[in-house]
Amino acid sequence: MEALYITLALPVCGALLFALVRDARLASTLNLFISAASFVSTLWLAIQVLSHGSMHSTHFLVDPFNIYLLVLTTLVGMTTAIFSRPYMQHVCAEGRCSIHRMRLYHSMYQAFMFTMLLALSTNNLGVLWVSVEGATLATVLLVSLYRTPEAVEAAWKYFILCGVGIAQALFGTVLLYFAAQHVLSSPEEGLNWMILYQHASSLNPTVMGIAFVFLLVGYGTKVGLVPMHQWLPDAHSEGPTPMSAVLSGLLLNVALYAVVRIKILTDGALVQSPHPQMAGHLLMGFGLISFLVAGLFLHRQRDIKRMFSYSSIEHMGLATFAFGIGGPLATFGALLHMLVHSLTKSAIFVTVGHATHIAGTQRIEQIRGLIRTQPEVGWGLLLGVAAIAGFPPFGLFTSEFLLLTATMQSWPWLTVSLLLGLGIAFAGLFRHLHPMVYGKAPQGQQAVRVNMVPVALHLLLVLWLGLAIPDFLSNWLNLAATLISGKGLL
Amino acid sequence: MNLAQLGLVEQSIFVFAALALLLSFLLLFQGRLTAMVHVFAWQGFLLALLTATVASVEHSHHLFLSAALTLMLKGLMIPWMLHRLIRKLHLERHQERLQHQALVMMAGAGLVIFSYWVVLPIARLELANTRNIVALSLAIVQLGMLLMVARRQVVAQVIGFMSMENGLFLAAVAATYGMPLVVELGIAFDVLVAAILFGVFFFHIRDSIESLDVDQLTQLSEEER
Repeated sequence: MEALYITLALPVCGALLFALVRDARLASTLNLFISAASFVSTLWLAIQVLSHGSMHSTHFLVDPFNIYLLVLTTLVGMTTAIFSRPYMQHVCAEGRCSIHRMRLYHSMYQAFMFTMLLALSTNNLGVLWVSVEGATLATVLLVSLYRTPEAVEAAWKYFILCGVGIAQALFGTVLLYFAAQHVLSSPEEGLNWMILYQHASSLNPTVMGIAFVFLLVGYGTKVGLVPMHQWLPDAHSEGPTPMSAVLSGLLLNVALYAVVRIKILTDGALVQSPHPQMAGHLLMGFGLISFLVAGLFLHRQRDIKRMFSYSSIEHMGLATFAFGIGGPLATFGALLHMLVHSLTKSAIFVTVGHATHIAGTQRIEQIRGLIRTQPEVGWGLLLGVAAIAGFPPFGLFTSEFLLLTATMQSWPWLTVSLLLGLGIAFAGLFRHLHPMVYGKAPQGQQAVRVNMVPVALHLLLVLWLGLAIPDFLSNWLNLAATLISGKGLL
Repeated sequence: MNLAQLGLVEQSIFVFAALALLLSFLLLFQGRLTAMVHVFAWQGFLLALLTATVASVEHSHHLFLSAALTLMLKGLMIPWMLHRLIRKLHLERHQERLQHQALVMMAGAGLVIFSYWVVLPIARLELANTRNIVALSLAIVQLGMLLMVARRQVVAQVIGFMSMENGLFLAAVAATYGMPLVVELGIAFDVLVAAILFGVFFFHIRDSIESLDVDQLTQLSEEER
């Protein structure tokens, strides 16, 4: 548990520290160190979980389901910090953002990391809500960091839509607490996930059903499920690129994690009711619609970051759909999908950040000939998109293959729509990608200083996961799948 | 359930909750911003009173604390902050022309009925008198959302947002005698930070579009960009 406390304390200290540090260069270096230290401490935590198994106390809970997400969160936090250092210096040099706003940027970066880690590791569903809402509050000023009319509009939309959405989740949490109070001997523990899990079968199914709908709509807004996704493309495209990387790579995962934790309880409560699969069916519906709609929207995008944010909606929709199917195979696939998607998507956003600096714009039709101007950026984008589109041998191929197999087993006729959706998304990505990478570079386009280490690291990890999933990870995913679906895969 | 059979305390809790709902309708109807802030403050005050009543019946110290917190935050501090912002933005005399007023009020009434319908299955469980209050609080949440949809002025939208938060608080107090203390403090902190951020945003929006009308925020859409 000490490792967890350190992991949580580091970003808090960082957020407070950066409020005081005036020197932007120093702050960005320190930001990198703090993020790296968080990563090391979650690794330590992971080793403890490996040797002692899952652990929980009154306030915190670390089990196979959240430990891999914790490590992922700090890893992406660290690599994004590596990318953010030169990127934000470039932005400041361009004059899009004043030096003193960098204080806000670094402080909120760490505050955001803290809310993510707290949301993942807390054992209390109320604290989970507070930290997911806290994530909105921490990032909203970052979305409007450039203060352009578009950025302010995007931030306002983000604030209002997520605020309203997350309010529904709080209502759901109150209902859940209400259901728990009639079951537990000490009502104070009514939001403790571990205790609720043990008593899930005696929770009132009617109340739990209603609570789940509210919680799904609430946290689903943050996952970016259609039709509550309106904020997501705007916030991703107008905010600074490191923010897009962490929003896509981390926030969406954490929101989906919250939905799945609630689904476990709801499934337990509804076992005896006339609709035991209600939660699963709702997830399948929302997931499939998000998957298909986002795939179609990919085709008509003109802004590169906007396009990849629709791709995030698409992949989160796919994972949601898979959690909805339930069953060990689909759940295993969905857990793996969350991991590889977030690694790949943050790598893509890092590359996109460099690409927009080369072209000086985010508009797709003006980004041309990346591979000639700067081969590493061009190749990074090409490989990243190949990975995200589900090409073998990358990890997304593995997870999507597992999801397709699971769909064929339980809902064979839905396989058609999944394949169709994958095809549409593939076409949507590549029709824009091809000219950006291979097209004729405009005159005078010059290479910029880039750091491709984060991209290479992420893509190598995704490649590794596609070729061979290490034993300890498959074991964790299997245990998590057992927790979620009731049966193990391996 | 017969209201007359309930004790005085339960009855007064119902009255407070019903009055809070009434104030939500007033918010929907009110075109002047300063008056809206006053109505919002009264709603916060009613909630604090309701919480204190529940606390005295339940002899719960932590509910007394949360009643005090509500009074401070929603009855005094946030209204005061909003007042100051309205003065700074020179909106004291701002009067919004409400569009489709009758329609909005009808929709509000519809939402109240909808809330009762949603809560109907819980009522069948005969879990004490909570059904009415849960329905009332859900109605306040929905009316807050309606207010945000119907209004074009950012300050009015924020008041709608905060009154949604009031509805959620009412649900927590009435249905479950308050959330655990950690959670309640966390929520209060989030609400406070949100209120401060909203204040910051008013100025950002005014600086970027020189207006506080959200209809002007139309740069981002899927249409031809």
